Amino acid sequence: MAKLDNNAVLRRLQGRFAEGVLRNVTQPFGLLTLETDTTALLDILEFLKTDDELQFGYLTDITAVHYPELEKEFAIVYHVHSLVNNVRIRIKVFIGDGYPAIPTATVLWDGANWMERETYDFFGIQFVGHPDLRRILNVDDMEVFPMRKEYPLEDPNKIDKKDYFFGR
Amino acid sequence: MSDIKLAPAPPGVEGSGFFATTLDKAIGLARANSLWPLPFATSCCGIEFMATMGANYDLARFGAERPSFSPRQADMLLVMGTIAKKMAPVLKQVYIQMAEPRWVIAVGACASSGGIFDTYSVLQGIDEVIPVDVYVPGCPPRPEAILDGVMRLQDIVKNESLNRRNSPEYKALLEKYGIQTYG
Repeated sequence: MAKLDNNAVLRRLQGRFAEGVLRNVTQPFGLLTLETDTTALLDILEFLKTDDELQFGYLTDITAVHYPELEKEFAIVYHVHSLVNNVRIRIKVFIGDGYPAIPTATVLWDGANWMERETYDFFGIQFVGHPDLRRILNVDDMEVFPMRKEYPLEDPNKIDKKDYFFGR
Repeated sequence: MSDIKLAPAPPGVEGSGFFATTLDKAIGLARANSLWPLPFATSCCGIEFMATMGANYDLARFGAERPSFSPRQADMLLVMGTIAKKMAPVLKQVYIQMAEPRWVIAVGACASSGGIFDTYSVLQGIDEVIPVDVYVPGCPPRPEAILDGVMRLQDIVKNESLNRRNSPEYKALLEKYGIQTYG
């Protein structure tokens, strides 16, 4: 089957959802990208997955980006893939307001479970309704969310880069 | 005439029909020339060690004929590669399972100091969790360097006092790492 056109996907979405729900639609590198908010997110994902024409059945990835300079400082990014139509879509949700929380996508895809645990592990995003939201990659007793910009990347115990080893 | 070299005898008193030396030296000689290695390999340094074990470089020449792969029957723990913080308790457990006497070689930059991985998720040298006897530099070190590390460890083993493992300094060292000592 031929690849489904980005614009056809967008028209299909716009036929179902109101104008204010699908914001900042762009196509960087040919990847259809749009922003939405936490209330509409699951409706959009469910529509993408279950719609007879679109059939976005495969959740490629969930991750996050930290923009400390923005008022809504966390962007949660969903990549969804239609294996049938050979097309991908990227959905971003910006959240912040002190307690970053977003509904879980595990109700749609079981595979979202570990992706959301990873995003929680590194960014501290609370996925509301997640069955088992705990760290997955980092050590269990870690106290920070290391991919947030306020935490240093380097380990404080590193000593072999100290100036006195280099006569400085 | 074979060109195989035998281990040189330790210093002692030699006469007609007898040779006298200290028990420390005799035991040290035996230990140093039968160090059974336990490879703990996580990345490219482990590949270099595989070459070191193989026929070209032949670690077996130094009495390390039998790579153990079981901590119980090993003397020399070779830690090769990046040790993530999540791996640290596993490494410590392996060290604790080894029977005395036991020695540790940190092979390569990552095991010695964290190497290029200056990051929150990587242990900045295995000496944060277990005591280390010899550090081998290199990223990764060539087999010759690993062999040199093993020979430096042989020097340590040869000259070590038999009582060292019962000494208060040694016990204090292990207790510093939170490792239980017996006896």
